[in-house]
Amino acid sequence: MVRLNVFLLLAVVICSLGVVTSQHKARKIFQALEVEQERARQLEVEFGQLQLELSTWGTAPRIEKIAREKLKMRTPETERVITATSAGGLTR
Amino acid sequence: MMRFKGKVAHKFAESPLLQMRLPLWRSRLMALLILGSFAVLIGRAFYLQTLNNDFLQEKGESRYRRDIEISASRGRIADRHGDVLAISTPMKSIWAIPPATTLTPVQTRQLAALLETDPKQLAHKLDTDKTFVFLRRQIPPPVAEQVAALKLPGIGQDKEYRRFYPTGEMTAHMVGFTGVDDKGLEGVELAFHGQLLGQPGSRSVIKDRRGQIVEDVGSIKPPQDGKEIRLALDSKIQYLAYSHLKQAIAENNAKAGGVVVLDVRTGEIVALANWPTYNPNNREGLSGGQLRNRAVTDTFEPGSTLKPFTIGLALENAKVRSDTVINCAPGRLTIGSATISDAHPHGALTVAEVIQKSSNVGAAKIAAMLPAQKMWQMFDDVGFGQVPRLGFPGEVSGRVRPWKNWRPIEQATMSYGHGISVSLIQLARAYSVFARDGDLMPLSLTRLDSSTPTGAAVFSPKTAREVRSMLEMAVLPGGTAPKAQIPGYRVAGKTGTAHKLEGGRYANKFVSSFVGFAPASDPRLIVAVMIDEPSGGKHYGGDVAAPVFAAVMGNSLRTLGIAPDAPLVVAQSPKTPTPKARL
Repeated sequence: MVRLNVFLLLAVVICSLGVVTSQHKARKIFQALEVEQERARQLEVEFGQLQLELSTWGTAPRIEKIAREKLKMRTPETERVITATSAGGLTR
Repeated sequence: MMRFKGKVAHKFAESPLLQMRLPLWRSRLMALLILGSFAVLIGRAFYLQTLNNDFLQEKGESRYRRDIEISASRGRIADRHGDVLAISTPMKSIWAIPPATTLTPVQTRQLAALLETDPKQLAHKLDTDKTFVFLRRQIPPPVAEQVAALKLPGIGQDKEYRRFYPTGEMTAHMVGFTGVDDKGLEGVELAFHGQLLGQPGSRSVIKDRRGQIVEDVGSIKPPQDGKEIRLALDSKIQYLAYSHLKQAIAENNAKAGGVVVLDVRTGEIVALANWPTYNPNNREGLSGGQLRNRAVTDTFEPGSTLKPFTIGLALENAKVRSDTVINCAPGRLTIGSATISDAHPHGALTVAEVIQKSSNVGAAKIAAMLPAQKMWQMFDDVGFGQVPRLGFPGEVSGRVRPWKNWRPIEQATMSYGHGISVSLIQLARAYSVFARDGDLMPLSLTRLDSSTPTGAAVFSPKTAREVRSMLEMAVLPGGTAPKAQIPGYRVAGKTGTAHKLEGGRYANKFVSSFVGFAPASDPRLIVAVMIDEPSGGKHYGGDVAAPVFAAVMGNSLRTLGIAPDAPLVVAQSPKTPTPKARL
């Protein structure tokens, strides 16, 4: 009787320790998840900012200015344009 | 007890106390009192555990449980290729609770430097009875972190979003803008506000003493970011329209203007530019005039650009054929007490030449063959007098008076576009009946991916083709708009030069317009140009608006890679000005 009781007591102690450690682990992992989710949000924000930057650098007036002034590009004379295909259009 | 044990060794049963005869009521009273105390305790426990449970639970939870709002951002607005036209990015606002804020002069200076304000002004702002003031809104997150690092008492910060418009004034009227509280105020931002708006989510969490989230409790409501709106707008074509319009306004010293570009096949609005415009990123000192999306909200008397509709109706009803000769001499026509005159007198003209030379007398004579009701019906069918229902704020219907009240002179003037008012977008859309085979397309602000809508038929395909070839003649040498020619492409279009109405009289001010489409063999784009009050010496639509049309259309067709449909011989005609080459 006494041995059974001692055994049960031990079992209870071990189980409760297990509960404590797994709870602790769960919280650790949860915090790591939180950190990663926060990072994901930050990256999303950064993505938005980079997109904004991309479209600011890529505005048509800027492209034209660089093409004309820096790269010395110009539209070819109409006589020099040879049309190769008849494909093309808006809804591609 | 032990001490007594040796000396007085009597048993408990022999205790003299027990010998005493105490009255029975004393023990009963004690028992009752103890029972009563227990009853009170049980009652209190019952009250706390059952009756007052909710309140206490709530109090307990408020110590560790927090409801966090998860913010959702407003949807982006992109052009048809996905280039961003409007995007939200998080910023911080710095606020203060003045009674709780006690700053040393050094701290005030530090804070003022970070917020880029004057220290005196800042101190003044904090010196109030108010319990809450915003010190600065929409500052970049890194600066906000520096402010937080100062750890000032009574100073806090909130997350908020700021909207950016990378294309700025170029697309200002189309895209519109939002207010500080993320509410759409103009343009697409207003028209699609419901879809763009995000739904913030929320979650309940348990926080520990250090403010870290320990676990989620209850269900998480995920935030719903606003939907991305894909406009039909093509940034490149929009840029072409905007820059050429701006240039033409400057050259002609004009007051205002607008350009609309439509896709003939789908009815999509590919570009819409207005002048004057504004920078939506910095809206200080904006006046109503700049904000107006003129192409949609302002109507004007279109003038000769309406003649093709009159002629189309006459052809449709077999009143004339394209080679029917109309006598337009001597360039004047008197109806009742009023006289209609041509800018340049013509003799006998065929119906096709009436369009080509833009004869008011010819158009009026053709209109006289048509019943007023039919003319009104046709105007109604092509969308004049009706709100375009794009969802833009301040869309107007224009004015087409009921046919029953038309006097003969009014019907005559309406045939060449006076006594009727339309908006530029209505005019551009109406031309889709000639660019297509007689049907009118519904307009779309957003990109249409799969379904190609069909329009409501107004004219028969035969009539549409006949008018189209007449419109082509107007652009050829001998027509009113040789400057609308585009090397390599066949172009069809019509000029308009209308006197402006001022106080009920026609003033010596003009609205020059040109509406056309190309390539004429298989039209793809409609471009409508309107220049308000050109005062640089020229005022005819063929001189002011047609070159803008040619530049926008020519470059757009090249941008889209649409194959030329004309031999280049036309391009080398000496009259043709080479359109200013742009991207």
